[in-house]
Amino acid sequence: MALGLSVIFGMLRIVNFAHGAMFMLGAFVAYYGAQLIGLPFYAALVVAPVVVGLFGLGIEVLFLRRLYGLDPLYGLLFTFALVLIIEDAMRLAAGALGSPYAAPPSLAGVTNLGFTLFPTYRLFVIVAAVVVCALVWYVLEHTPVGARIRAATEAPLLVRALGIDTQRLVSITFAVGIALAALAGVLAAPNQNVEPTMGDKIIINTFAIVVIGGLGSIGGSVITGFAIGLLQTLGAVIFPAFNDTLIFLVMIVVLLVRPSGLFGSPASAK
Amino acid sequence: MTLALLGSRRGTAAAIILAVIGLVLPWFVYPVLAIDIVAYALFAVAFDLLLGFTGLLSFGHALFWGGAGYVATILIAKAGAPFAVAVVAALAYAALSALVVGAIAIRRQGIYFAMITLALAQLQYFVAFQLGNLTGGENGVQVSSRGTLFGVALDNDKVFYYAVLVVAALGVWFVVRVVRSPFGAVLGAMRDNEQRAVALGFRVDRYKLVAFVLSGTLAGLAGVLFAVGNRLSGLDGVDWHTSGKVVIMTILGGIGTVFGPLVGAGVYESLDYFVSKTPIGDKTNIVMGTIFAVCVLLFRRGIVGELLALRTKRSSTGSERAS
Repeated sequence: MALGLSVIFGMLRIVNFAHGAMFMLGAFVAYYGAQLIGLPFYAALVVAPVVVGLFGLGIEVLFLRRLYGLDPLYGLLFTFALVLIIEDAMRLAAGALGSPYAAPPSLAGVTNLGFTLFPTYRLFVIVAAVVVCALVWYVLEHTPVGARIRAATEAPLLVRALGIDTQRLVSITFAVGIALAALAGVLAAPNQNVEPTMGDKIIINTFAIVVIGGLGSIGGSVITGFAIGLLQTLGAVIFPAFNDTLIFLVMIVVLLVRPSGLFGSPASAK
Repeated sequence: MTLALLGSRRGTAAAIILAVIGLVLPWFVYPVLAIDIVAYALFAVAFDLLLGFTGLLSFGHALFWGGAGYVATILIAKAGAPFAVAVVAALAYAALSALVVGAIAIRRQGIYFAMITLALAQLQYFVAFQLGNLTGGENGVQVSSRGTLFGVALDNDKVFYYAVLVVAALGVWFVVRVVRSPFGAVLGAMRDNEQRAVALGFRVDRYKLVAFVLSGTLAGLAGVLFAVGNRLSGLDGVDWHTSGKVVIMTILGGIGTVFGPLVGAGVYESLDYFVSKTPIGDKTNIVMGTIFAVCVLLFRRGIVGELLALRTKRSSTGSERAS
């Protein structure tokens, strides 16, 4: 479970809090969809990211856009404010206690992998995460849009001088990132309660993953996310009591040995 | 700007007003709420030493606030330690953990610094959660008697409030002294232009670390006052929302202004209290978050900062003021 989420979040290279809230909103869209209109799980996998992605787009256009050009810390702070508002609004709407969300029957039970039995749903999440990552990687590396996005993040001024609307690229990238966070939320929903604070832990773990991985290639972030996810899955078996602290201990060691992160170049460490 | 305010006649007037408010506060609001306000005010000033005067955004200051609170309450409740001993031990814990966290976190800057401090604070949170025997887990540590200080019993809430007020005032005075010292001037130079400070031969990492330890220790002091004041320390204190709360207070009041965080803490705590009496109950973050969002979008200088800017604008038409 952690594996799939770590990979998706690692790939997003998130440096804001909002994705945690959007992760939670994604799960709630799936939950309310199922409750109110009987939205099936597979449909929720499409609907929730679209709905939440549009919401994220609105936030970017209305608010975050005003904070570009300032210290990026203000963006971080604004998204923190968003988390406070959205979390408490959901507590008001849905109550603090979680609600269960069932996986579809076709994914229940276990699959025999030959060497071990594995819950089918977890297998599905891992496969889905890998597919999504591959898709994003392909779009970024092998399509004209991807080339522009990469160029816009590396040299925005130059790209603008070439007549490309970087603002629009940023908005689209942000909305897609939010949509992926929501997708992760739907994927996570059947394995944990759908509750307003479900995004908190994942976002802090993600911060640690970003610090560990460093601002390197997408591949680097995915590998880091994958490794951390694997570590936590194993940690849950070996010493369950301190599993939650494992990721932070890894972060400390990495910072002491390689301050710019495993895949980061020292220049991008600032 | 700040220093001008501190030295000016208006600065003195503002200090007197705040002092009067501090002295009469427990006669107008519930004394424990008054303790909360003053403890948070000290917390916010300690935090601003780092954010406003050194330019480092920590998102993990709950580590010192809540951690020191735990140490003090555990010593009082489980070992029967006198109040003074508990405070000293808690400060030692806060200073030591700030030394360790600071040494790790200053290896990165900006947004990464914030994320590392947050992650390390969460590390302590999970440890506190797991050490249920010591920390009481979800129930926290309760203190039945606060003990005595210099022969004065502290169990009366108003008596304890005035002890808190004196300690907090000393803490704020200490921060002002630090900011106005040559050491503080180097911190400001680092904040404004780190490369220049390096070029001038300052060992910036060492300065950052000292600032971090001072800030963390004072945050710990504030946390002790809060925890012993409430006779309780729990997981709330070490949770990352508490780290965020002090960020909000400081920015709401005005970073880098000393007075700002005091005002910010007072406004935040009173507003939080009044909102919790409305139908939305404990979901006060809807309101606090909205105010903070507006602040970040439109009023980044905070309450005191905006007032100062207004005054500067008005007086700039007349004689030029030193700012």
